[in-house]
Amino acid sequence: MNILSIQAFLVALLLGLPLSAQAALAIQHWQTPQGARVYFVESHELPMLDIAVDFAAGSARDPAGKSGLARLTHGLLDQGAGGLSETEIAHRLADVGAVLSGRLDRDRAGVTLRTLSSAAEKEKALDLLARVLQRPDFPQAVVKREKRRLIASIREDEADPGNVVSKAFYRALYGDHPYANDESGEPAAVARLARGDLQAFYRTHYSAPNAVISLMGDITRAEAEAIAGRLAAGLSGAAPVPALPKPAPAAASDTRIAHPSTQSHVLVGGVGMARNDPDFFPLFVGNYVLGGGGFDSQLMREVRDKRGYAYSAYSYFLPMREAGPFQLGLQTKLEQTDDALKVARDTLRQFIANGPTEAELNQAKSNLTGGFPLRIDSNRKILDYLAVIGFYELPLDYLDTWVDRVNAVDVAAVKQAFARRIDPDRLVIVVVGGAGSAR
Amino acid sequence: MRSLWAIGLALLAGSAQATLTDVTLDNGMRVIVKEDHRAPVMVSQVWYRAGSIDEFNGTSGVAHVLEHMMFKGTEKVPPGEFSKRIAAAGGRENAFTSRDHTAYFQQMQKDRLELAMQLEADRMANLVISDELFAKEIQVVMEERRLRTDDQAQSVVYERLMATAYQTHPYRRPIIGWMDDLQNMTAQDARDWYARWYAPNNATLVVAGDVKADAVVALARQYFGALPVRPLPARKPQAEPAQLGEKRIVVKAPAQLPYLLMAWHAPSLKDWAQDTTPYALQILAGVLSGNDSARLQKSLVKTQQIAVNASAGYEAVSRGPGMFMIDATPAQGKSVAELEKAIRAEIARLQREGISEAELARVKAQVIAADVYQRDSLFYQAMQLGDYVTAGLPPEALARRVDKLRAVTVAEVQAAAAQWLQDERLSVAELDPQPLKPKPRAAAVPGVRHAN
Repeated sequence: MNILSIQAFLVALLLGLPLSAQAALAIQHWQTPQGARVYFVESHELPMLDIAVDFAAGSARDPAGKSGLARLTHGLLDQGAGGLSETEIAHRLADVGAVLSGRLDRDRAGVTLRTLSSAAEKEKALDLLARVLQRPDFPQAVVKREKRRLIASIREDEADPGNVVSKAFYRALYGDHPYANDESGEPAAVARLARGDLQAFYRTHYSAPNAVISLMGDITRAEAEAIAGRLAAGLSGAAPVPALPKPAPAAASDTRIAHPSTQSHVLVGGVGMARNDPDFFPLFVGNYVLGGGGFDSQLMREVRDKRGYAYSAYSYFLPMREAGPFQLGLQTKLEQTDDALKVARDTLRQFIANGPTEAELNQAKSNLTGGFPLRIDSNRKILDYLAVIGFYELPLDYLDTWVDRVNAVDVAAVKQAFARRIDPDRLVIVVVGGAGSAR
Repeated sequence: MRSLWAIGLALLAGSAQATLTDVTLDNGMRVIVKEDHRAPVMVSQVWYRAGSIDEFNGTSGVAHVLEHMMFKGTEKVPPGEFSKRIAAAGGRENAFTSRDHTAYFQQMQKDRLELAMQLEADRMANLVISDELFAKEIQVVMEERRLRTDDQAQSVVYERLMATAYQTHPYRRPIIGWMDDLQNMTAQDARDWYARWYAPNNATLVVAGDVKADAVVALARQYFGALPVRPLPARKPQAEPAQLGEKRIVVKAPAQLPYLLMAWHAPSLKDWAQDTTPYALQILAGVLSGNDSARLQKSLVKTQQIAVNASAGYEAVSRGPGMFMIDATPAQGKSVAELEKAIRAEIARLQREGISEAELARVKAQVIAADVYQRDSLFYQAMQLGDYVTAGLPPEALARRVDKLRAVTVAEVQAAAAQWLQDERLSVAELDPQPLKPKPRAAAVPGVRHAN
């Protein structure tokens, strides 16, 4: 990339996670006979169709000793399916200009398809999506090769201080909880995975009752029903996966990891909130003031603008099925690590003690509510929101009430919600860079 | 002095029709409007034809440093206020600097364009660069360099290879600037840059979204129209002398895996209607790595399993010369030398046998579909227009891009590969991974980090 951009790249990404939309967005919802839940928005402005199929098959579902299984299974779906080789699948998709992509996190494993909505192209693309979801072959030779590639990518990540700090942070935060493990797994565990493991994981997780199908674009309701039915009909009927355990609050810890980087990567935080947490809006809106609002946030002002300590300084709550992390992060040259960490911690401590000012909170609400139309201004964004609403079983009117719920947040609610979640004397701290000496 | 010339181009893009307005104000500022009424939002971008290509040795990175300083206040708008006002209006804003340009943008509800224009026009003419704020911000930029380049081995490889492949052309300098230049940069360097390039006659405003073109042009005249024309320095071509033989470098940096980057000098798109090679090279990149089983992926990653990743890339649109690139990471137990040999074999096969009609049709199908898909992003549509225009290409070149790519033949692709992927145009960089641990221990287990 030949482009540098001034603002913290994480911020925009993370602001996008909480949902919003306006009442004008008509979401249609139904369930297929097989138990897959379907979410659909009809739009004929562009001659294209986006589909996402998500399963509760993220890396938190890795069995003990088999870390990396969810990722590998997901990665193999389109590497040979329904009698077609990986090459035939890739070529047939390209031949009609369709794009098949995957996404995987600790909660979810998803496959997305973008295709032209013209009949011939769409039909071929849907045929491939159905094969990939319903009949992955997991060819032995491909399993072997993809294991090696996954291990290589895990090893490569070990050189990236941002990656190292993130993995260590989740480990420190979650201890024995499944969220502690990285999505990619550990090389030794990946090396032990066998084809049978993938097949078993696929059968129990990629089932209709575990599926959420989201459709957005240039099709009618009748066609959406037919497509969803066709996709769900070929999936197994395996029962919904059991609930994940509740994460325990993390104990205070301070981990220093040696790394040859010129900067320290610093993460500070604790166990935050689940997607359905009643404190969602106070935490989300409040965090805009603390570290979610880019240049409009206290952390950016204190760490970057006033002191020039870092390019990026931010905080966010990542809402997950169970409580996801609250994370505050920055990167700074080695010799000023402690100074920058102190500024960040002081900012957090003061925010928890005092909360935002009325003016700061009003500014946050203005931005969030005023920027609301930008959250649903493309098919891609709407598709992503459908998938989250479906997967996390948010109420269908969630988008309609979003602006009102942001506006309803007051200073007291922010202070109370933060005080309930974040104890500034019991933080998890991880620093990667420098000698890694103990403190 | 309010006359302006306007052309309304009806651009046929796929099945939908989008109208483009392209106007030049009296002071030389160009205004391009693309109406798109899908959502009640708009994006406004101000592009300056000033990027790292315009920099000199000793002050590399100043284009990007100035981009940072543009958020630091004017005579009327105090430091921090720009971002605060945009945020209060529900906007998202940012900026980016490339080799060819620097651009600033706001994404907002459609009725808030005036605020964006007011603030942009103000900082086009009235920026204040204080020594104090500069001293802080240059530290931020150095942290950005550490984050994005110094601690990313593959970025270092790219940076060093560009500095090798180009002997004289300014593309040899990194956009972020060399660290020593950043350490020695002064506020005056930033002021000089601003004075030299930030003028309406060096800028293009691109607005896309749910707006009326005539209203946008009227606002542009109101806010930007009064800014004075400024003489711009002559731009020297600084053409790169012909390479006289293959160049090779080794980059030693902390990493876990080796990495190979190969770069061939190639033309960029200049005469969009007459040129054929840049279009052929775009198709070639698609044939090599445009899908999960394109040539490099299929041969190197899947069949021979000599690489864990491999891809090809070529950007046709730039102010300066072009570069065709291939990068790859060897599989465990394979050397960079073996990998390079395999890549060279693929290139030789291309040059000898060409590509199939099926491969060509496949890449074209992807180009046509991608042209529809990109209409889903307002920002990207505006971005493409700004990119073309600052590179000196007319919007028509963008409108006709798909047609030109569809006209490429298998013979043209083979000829482009034969002519341009030659050793005397090639520079090769190899990443030689250095241990992550300062003192490697004999008993160290791979994957275990020494946490304390």
